Amino acid sequence: MSLSRRQRLRLVRGGVYTATVAALVLILLAVDWGALGGALFKWEIVKDQFPDILTNALRNTVIFTIFGFIGGLSLGLLLAIMRLSSVKPYRWFAATYIEVLRGIPLLVTLLILGFGIPIATGWQWPNPYVQGSVPLALVASAYIAETVRAGIEAVPRGQMEAARSLGMSYTRAMATIIIPQAFRIIVPPLTNEFVLLIKDTSLISVLGVTAKTLDLARFGRNGVNDTANATPLVVAGLVYLALTVPLTQLAAWMERRSKAGRR
Amino acid sequence: MSDVLVRIAALHKRFGSNHVLRGINLEVARGEVVCIIGPSGSGKSTLLRCVNMLETPTDGKVFVDGVELTDPDCDLDRARTSTGMVFQSFNLFAHMSVLDNITIALRKVLKQDRATAADNAMKLLTRVGLAEKASSYPAQLSGGQQQRVAIARALAMEPKVMLFDEATSALDPELVGDVLRVMRELAEEGMTMLVVTHEMDFARGVADRVVFMDGGVVVEDGHPDQVIGSPREGRTKQFLANVRQRD
Repeated sequence: MSLSRRQRLRLVRGGVYTATVAALVLILLAVDWGALGGALFKWEIVKDQFPDILTNALRNTVIFTIFGFIGGLSLGLLLAIMRLSSVKPYRWFAATYIEVLRGIPLLVTLLILGFGIPIATGWQWPNPYVQGSVPLALVASAYIAETVRAGIEAVPRGQMEAARSLGMSYTRAMATIIIPQAFRIIVPPLTNEFVLLIKDTSLISVLGVTAKTLDLARFGRNGVNDTANATPLVVAGLVYLALTVPLTQLAAWMERRSKAGRR
Repeated sequence: MSDVLVRIAALHKRFGSNHVLRGINLEVARGEVVCIIGPSGSGKSTLLRCVNMLETPTDGKVFVDGVELTDPDCDLDRARTSTGMVFQSFNLFAHMSVLDNITIALRKVLKQDRATAADNAMKLLTRVGLAEKASSYPAQLSGGQQQRVAIARALAMEPKVMLFDEATSALDPELVGDVLRVMRELAEEGMTMLVVTHEMDFARGVADRVVFMDGGVVVEDGHPDQVIGSPREGRTKQFLANVRQRD
């Protein structure tokens, strides 16, 4: 063989490209596009999804997400502060809470809290929104707590020392100096948590729904049952994307900007 | 000058098994400027940080203007308003404008209204020569400018004593002068100052007293001309020789 190392590499790469393109072409030729389109994206069914998918299902998904996020953020902030506290029981409680709720699948937590608590205590959830949002917020708070904690720890120690040296109490320094700076750091990861939450709301429908409280995913599934066609789920998927892609792009942009700004 | 403003008595500080301060006794009179010099690791920054209780002493007492800060019942937040501190790394609040950096504690701690606080802040900014930077953010300022803002921020609280923790050590050489000038003016106006520094010329020119620390103890304490000019102790001589060699 008189090929140089570089020539050999080029040959291998060319081979891989050719094989990939060939495989793609084969798949494209083998698929019955008409049948696939009819089952996944049938135009009449697509049109039937509107406006209900937006006015009802999307609305519910957004409600669950926002309640979950606000609850998760408030509780997550509290847990993060407890996790960093000098008081040991606070630290233990927060650490245990975070471990437990991150270690159990959301689906299981939803079922335990949504069904288990009423069965065990006889207490009923006041309405499906609360029943779905509260477990979602509790789980989200465990994840958000870790994000917030990382943000607080990323604020230089000197900021707290300067604040204390000016006579601010620990709480005041946290609230006016540390947490505002921590939030600037964690806005991108927090946006990603928000996106995860949007998708997680699709599990809430296991708790049972009324026609008024179904979310995007359940709306899609119901549509599949009604039409014997997968189009409603595909449309639901597209609506999810319309929510999530701009947000992840926004998070990525903010991350790039903060990296550029840090010098 | 018998009016003692800062009194440090039999002060010990341990970090785990590391015995950093080994029985410090030091008094600073009202209006006095005391420079603390010594090799790195000698405990001088730790000592300064014990004066406003950023570090909790393991043993011993600290008094500022008659208030014992080491008393477990002492309201530290309140006591700290009488000690201003300037840090090596400036520690300006990065998310706030220069003006807000100065007014935040005036408003939240001293409960001044917004207009009064801004007024006081502007006076101090003018004094350190940075009035035109009031709306800038710390990241837009040079190190020397940031440090002067930090001095203004500490002064705004009208502290009884100013603590300088290697205030010029993080600065580019050409920026050191501006900060030292502000500190010198402050000393001339009669501010009580406790200054940890490596600037021997400043110590010699401005300090009323120089304290040389090594190994967690005060080795020599006296007039700058004596401690820096004709040190008695071998360790002081050695340290000063090393410093001169570096320059």
